[in-house]
Amino acid sequence: MTLIYILLGLIALLGLAYVFRLGGQAATGNKPFFRDMPFGVAFGYVLAAALLLFSVWYFFQPTETDGVPRAGVIFFRWAVQGFLMFAAAAYLFRLLGRSVGTEGSKKLFRSMPLTAAFGIMIIIVYAIVSIFAGVIAPYGQEEVLGAANIVPGGNPAIGGNPEYPLGTDQIGRDILSRLIFGAQNTVGIAFVTTCLAFLLGGSLGFLAATLGGWLDQLLSRAVDALMAIPALIFALLLITIATAWAGSASWQVTIYMILIIAVIDSTRVFRLSRAVGQNIVVMDYIEAAKLRGEGLPYLIFREMLPNAYAPLLAEFGLRFCFVFLTIASLSFLGVGIQPPLADWGTMVRDLSQFINFAAFAPNVAVAPLLAAGAIALLTVAVNFVVDWMLHKSSGLKE
Amino acid sequence: MSEPLLKIRNLWIEGRSDETWNPIINGVDLDLNKGEVIGLIGESGAGKSTIGLASMGFTRDGVRISQGSVVFDGVDLVTASAADKRALLGKRIAYVAQSAAASFNPAHKLMDQHTEGPVQHSVSSKGESTEDGIELYRRLRLPNPEEIGFRYPHQVSGGQLQRAMTAMAMACRPDLIIFDEPTTALDVTTQIEVLASIRDIVEQFDTAAIYITHDLAVVAQMADKIKVLLKGDEVEEADTRTMLSQPKEEYTKSLWAVRSFERPAKPSVITGSTPVVSVKNVTAAYGTTDVLHDVSFDIHEGRTVAVVGESGSGKSTTARCITGLLPPRLGHIEFDGMQLPLDYRKRDKMQLRQAQMIYQMADTALNPRKTIGETIGRPVEFYLGLKGKEKRAKVDALLDEIELEPSQYRDRLPSELSGGQKQRIGIARALAAEPKFIICDEVTSALDQLVAEGILKLLAKLQDQLGLSYMFITHDLATVRAISDEVVVMKDGKVVEQGEKAEMFQPPHHPYTDLLLSSVPEMDPDWLDDLLKERGVDNIGDAAVDKM
Repeated sequence: MTLIYILLGLIALLGLAYVFRLGGQAATGNKPFFRDMPFGVAFGYVLAAALLLFSVWYFFQPTETDGVPRAGVIFFRWAVQGFLMFAAAAYLFRLLGRSVGTEGSKKLFRSMPLTAAFGIMIIIVYAIVSIFAGVIAPYGQEEVLGAANIVPGGNPAIGGNPEYPLGTDQIGRDILSRLIFGAQNTVGIAFVTTCLAFLLGGSLGFLAATLGGWLDQLLSRAVDALMAIPALIFALLLITIATAWAGSASWQVTIYMILIIAVIDSTRVFRLSRAVGQNIVVMDYIEAAKLRGEGLPYLIFREMLPNAYAPLLAEFGLRFCFVFLTIASLSFLGVGIQPPLADWGTMVRDLSQFINFAAFAPNVAVAPLLAAGAIALLTVAVNFVVDWMLHKSSGLKE
Repeated sequence: MSEPLLKIRNLWIEGRSDETWNPIINGVDLDLNKGEVIGLIGESGAGKSTIGLASMGFTRDGVRISQGSVVFDGVDLVTASAADKRALLGKRIAYVAQSAAASFNPAHKLMDQHTEGPVQHSVSSKGESTEDGIELYRRLRLPNPEEIGFRYPHQVSGGQLQRAMTAMAMACRPDLIIFDEPTTALDVTTQIEVLASIRDIVEQFDTAAIYITHDLAVVAQMADKIKVLLKGDEVEEADTRTMLSQPKEEYTKSLWAVRSFERPAKPSVITGSTPVVSVKNVTAAYGTTDVLHDVSFDIHEGRTVAVVGESGSGKSTTARCITGLLPPRLGHIEFDGMQLPLDYRKRDKMQLRQAQMIYQMADTALNPRKTIGETIGRPVEFYLGLKGKEKRAKVDALLDEIELEPSQYRDRLPSELSGGQKQRIGIARALAAEPKFIICDEVTSALDQLVAEGILKLLAKLQDQLGLSYMFITHDLATVRAISDEVVVMKDGKVVEQGEKAEMFQPPHHPYTDLLLSSVPEMDPDWLDDLLKERGVDNIGDAAVDKM
């Protein structure tokens, strides 16, 4: 039955698209825009308009029927409100950047798309939060407070408490404080790990590209061997071994985890920097430098590296997100960052069963989504910034 | 007179950069009758290709036709609908691109790509157009016409690919073909073959053509009339013979005069003096295949030795042996009478400094992330040990020497320079080492003729001032005539002939030298006809090489 409705809707849209194009041709006196418009494009316009209308209609639906909350409408509203809020904040942030600061930074902000402004804003906020976590957080990350399982939202009518705006977890720790400390732990560790992976993979990759021969073979085959094992399972295996070595000292487990993820991820960086390096090393200016008698460090750091910034930077952004997600996954599985340290992955795991409440108590289901949202937000923000930097450095114009 | 086949009136084209529309073509008119060939010439950036594409009603991304009309057989292509244009393009108007190698789809056989047009336009069935394709290949004198169409593009040589593309353009028997520099990427000997076959087929089918090129001698062979363009403006248009014999405008005259640059002959070398560079019986191999066989020649102080030959003849490999990038298998290199280590890694700073190199592609020879000052400053610092103010003064002096204003160019990146300026920076970087000997590897072949002439004059001036010796690798004999003192002709990794320039341009020649010399197009419209008559129809280009 539903299928028939979908089919009928599609046919109606196709008809509308045809009418839209015909109408456009008639109304504009056959301007090339409408005259040469393929049918698919016309359909796209009509579909987009229909979706927009539907979302507006859905947004203004009542949030509950007969006392039962309608989870779909509530979550949709939150999503739209969040989206608009972030867009507005990013717009204001860009406006601020355009009017405050040096001539150079103003110019930078003027040429910046809104997505990049959003990304930079989020990254700055995360950086501030993780650096000053101890000052900002209302409670300690390990502090067990009075009541457990207080619902986020601070509304006493549905089980909230204004003292804990985002509620408390299953043993009564403040979720807001743990989110803030989680930024410090998760983001900080991910950043260190990514830097290590780049240092290792990047330098070995360039070395392999420049020298070639047996060194290249040796390194590349070693990397192939490492890459042949699924990354997460490999990491799990190694961390299990490391945990046995570390004994009871949980900070040692964290150090081992950083090293293990750095090595596993450096294989991807190695592949990229070797490929990029091989394209650069055949350039005539490298040959000119070699014939001048330049040494290896000059070749790699002064001649090659500046030309590899763009792809490496893009990879750094992506790699950071992957490392970050790997740490969260490991923590979710219980082998990553060790309790009682707060970590977003662990938080999602601990509160995950509340997802089941989504259908009838949307506020309760939010608890695990907060940490997941924090992860998603940062990932999106980093990618926006990296996209923009790539676009800029590749010299592409709009 | 009847209505012309293609009538362009007051064509204005704009390109978008930095958020504004800038004019590229400023009101150009063009008339082309059936069966007529018009040559469009000008430097790069003159708008030749843009006009070529616009005559199909097409513009590249970020470019638009702002006003004017392009009327092809009664249809204005500027305002025609996409569907109307589709019916014309490929069927009645065809296009032959500059680089056939980049324009064929490497994943499909030539014949499959050939038959696509006729089948799409319902001109003929797949079988018919395959037969027709074989016939066209035969008329274009491709080897094995029955079989060559069933190869993939990478299995066919560049010149053959260019002819296959011409055949593809002819597949629907169009009324108009646009040739966009079809022979620029080819060797002289191959070029003749392509030129002759293009001209034949255009004549046979009475096709009109727009022939875009920057090589005047080529256009003289191909076109009935010539239009000269400069920065989007028409300079003048006239019948080919009139244009060649009595150009009206100053700019046209300067274009015509480029080929007459020739430096005075120098006194011959005193016998017994030690040459600056001496290549002694060098045999070199890539892997296990020998690519150079017993190559020997000397380069004396203050003289230019031109090494000539078609691609694959071992010119650049010889240069790699001299610089030490490819250590020779047998033989050795002497510098000022001293034997050099074969591998560049074993040479000391002084030995490396004495021999510098200027590259063909200035784009890849300059690090795009370094400013001009850094690029030139590095050898100054590295070899001469100058730092800070001294280094800066030296860089400025070098920029003065290559005729670029230091304050204006010092802090620019290579991407902010034109092709000719980049090549000058390459020269300055070589000079910065204060060498005795410079290898110039096809330094002018990627440049426009006027710009190339400027570079040649600069090199000649520097040689006179600093007593430099050049090894000048080129395939262009006009360049050889302009700058060299001695000539070394190479073929298949062997030296076939060498001697003073004056001797080399006088008969008797080695048959290969003769072929090379006679293949260089001349500014005489009858040159190609005469040459073909002399060689016989089947004995041109590759065919002639094979017979030797």
